[in-house]
Amino acid sequence: MGSVDEAVRLHNAVVLLGSFPALAEASLVVKKGQIVLISGANGAGKTTLLRLCAGLVPLARGEASVLGFNLATQRKEAQAHVGMLGHANGLYLDLTAQENLKFWGAVVGASSREIALSAQRMGLHERLLNTPVAKMSAGQRRRTALAILVIRRASLWLLDEPHAGLDASGRDEIDNILREAASAGATVIVASHELERAGALATRRIEVVGGAIVERGAQ
Amino acid sequence: MNRFRLLPSPLDTPTGTRASRGLGIVVLLGLVMLTLLGLFFTDEDVVQGSTVRLMYIHVPTAWVAYLAFIVTAITSAMYMWGKQHSLTFDRIAGASAEVGVIFMGLCLVTGSLWGRITWGTYWQWDPRLTTTAFLFVTYVGYLAVRDLGGSHQQRAKRSAVVALLAVLEIPLVHFSVVLWRSLHQEASVLQPNGDVTMDGLMLFSLLFGVAVFTSLFAWMVLHRQRVLMLADAIDDGGLEAALQERRNEAN
Amino acid sequence: MTQNSISTMSVARAIATKDLRIEWRSKVLVNQVLPFAGIVMVLFAFALDNDGILQRVAPGLVWLAVLFSSLIIVQRTFAIESADNALDAIKVAGVSSAGVFLGKSVALAVQLLLFECVLVMLSLVLYQVQLSWGGAVLLVTVSVLANVGIATMGALYGGLGAAAKGRETLLPLLLLPAVAPVLIAATRATESAFGVSGATLGEGWPWVALLAVFGALFGFGGTLAFGVLTEE
Repeated sequence: MGSVDEAVRLHNAVVLLGSFPALAEASLVVKKGQIVLISGANGAGKTTLLRLCAGLVPLARGEASVLGFNLATQRKEAQAHVGMLGHANGLYLDLTAQENLKFWGAVVGASSREIALSAQRMGLHERLLNTPVAKMSAGQRRRTALAILVIRRASLWLLDEPHAGLDASGRDEIDNILREAASAGATVIVASHELERAGALATRRIEVVGGAIVERGAQ
Repeated sequence: MNRFRLLPSPLDTPTGTRASRGLGIVVLLGLVMLTLLGLFFTDEDVVQGSTVRLMYIHVPTAWVAYLAFIVTAITSAMYMWGKQHSLTFDRIAGASAEVGVIFMGLCLVTGSLWGRITWGTYWQWDPRLTTTAFLFVTYVGYLAVRDLGGSHQQRAKRSAVVALLAVLEIPLVHFSVVLWRSLHQEASVLQPNGDVTMDGLMLFSLLFGVAVFTSLFAWMVLHRQRVLMLADAIDDGGLEAALQERRNEAN
Repeated sequence: MTQNSISTMSVARAIATKDLRIEWRSKVLVNQVLPFAGIVMVLFAFALDNDGILQRVAPGLVWLAVLFSSLIIVQRTFAIESADNALDAIKVAGVSSAGVFLGKSVALAVQLLLFECVLVMLSLVLYQVQLSWGGAVLLVTVSVLANVGIATMGALYGGLGAAAKGRETLLPLLLLPAVAPVLIAATRATESAFGVSGATLGEGWPWVALLAVFGALFGFGGTLAFGVLTEE
């Protein structure tokens, strides 16, 4: 399933949370290099869609593949290339930004040069790098988490409300980072309530309604 | 829950079949027969008197309890290593553990009643007794793991792993308790040790009890397993209705 | 591709280093859990209120305090993962679950060793037990091997509790019966090390073998089982 230039292919995907179908036969194809904006009401299934692509929730029915890997059988292989930033940042609060980055560097085998470069790209300067995450602002934490996605060399970025809790300049920075990631060949899927902002960024918009996907057109 | 009414209704499906009803009648007659044998037809023991009659229930409950956990272990392994990861094995494992926990409870109760009369105390830190108590607690934990939620397959995988770990745990518990007690053994503890000289009818009654309780176990697991299957079917069947409801949100 | 080639061992090392660094930095263990263990030791003395008895049961009390503390340490080690949902980040990255398991186990074992050192010293002071050099060697061996058992079982069932959110309360029910052989073996061996209840040093060493078997069995079993127990 799934051809080489497809980042995501879902066919009638059903995902259950308990017995509740958070995704009800959702179908979606995302080409590599796209920036896709997902909109939809609370509880429509945006987060579940992202978590499915990240291999965090099992597929109850239908088909799903990510970067050419079938999620039912090759989940780990797919996950090695998928990065997700959810409502939480997934950081260790007692460690500094630098130590968080180093941890991920060790886990995925990135060189200290790669770590330094990604920190630089996310605007994490010397002083910030040595600050414990617990003492960072929301925006600084978000940037640290994005630097980890870069260290992990993720080629599919899944972002759930990345702008939430950030000030104007923080939001602009996130947008620049996502554009840059896409131009470097990554595929970006963003779930957001902020249609104005994220819409300007996206190359394509879809809406999740009642656990299914409705096309809202390219821009 | 009106969405269940849309289904071909698993709720109306009986858990019995002609065969299981036959088995049920046999078990019932067997239990009546066992009661008569245990209370009236067999003689008192020379040493233990009428206390010995507890043996006709105690030994079969212990047997069934251990049998149940062996069945759980085997079906868990069959689930794990079967190509299909068949939920039937998972449900038999769960049903068997549930029935096993009940029988293990009965075994502990009848055992300590017997101990009270024979040893003068409800509990002895005897290796067999202690291991049995641990087995009981371990499988209560296993049932709690089955209850954690998630998809059917997730439940099956988790509980199969926990059941297989228990297979590793129990011999170690038993071995360490044996070793522990062998250091502290006081001669008086196990006197009298419960061995009885059995005549033909007593031996027959004991074996008959084991056979009847084994059939009872089979009957209970058969039904319980079907109940679990129907419960799973309701979850799955509810899916169609739930999907429809979810789609309607769009309109 | 590069990521798959990262060995289980380097993941384990990264996880263990990270866990220990967090504990070193946050001092939660030293400032909160260790005092708890100390209080338990004092409470035992209140409850048993007799020097003769205390000395005789000191080995059991030390290991009971270790087990109770281990419940808190295990919960803590998974709480740092769920504080900002790092557990999900690790899952999304498809990191080797055997590596996570081994790393968590090593970090737990190191923390337990610290606790045992402190608790044994407390028992020397509070319960008036004696420790010879030979006894100390036996005790260190026992502690290291017992920790393998407690840490691997703790990582395994703690991981299960953390994966099934909100069911961390399951941990004591699953962990305590499973590590009962460790309690028995470690207590008997420590009796020999302390020379209480008429136990000699030589009687302690066979228990070491039991601890080794337990540790090896569950170290291996846990490595295989952890992934299945923690994934969704």
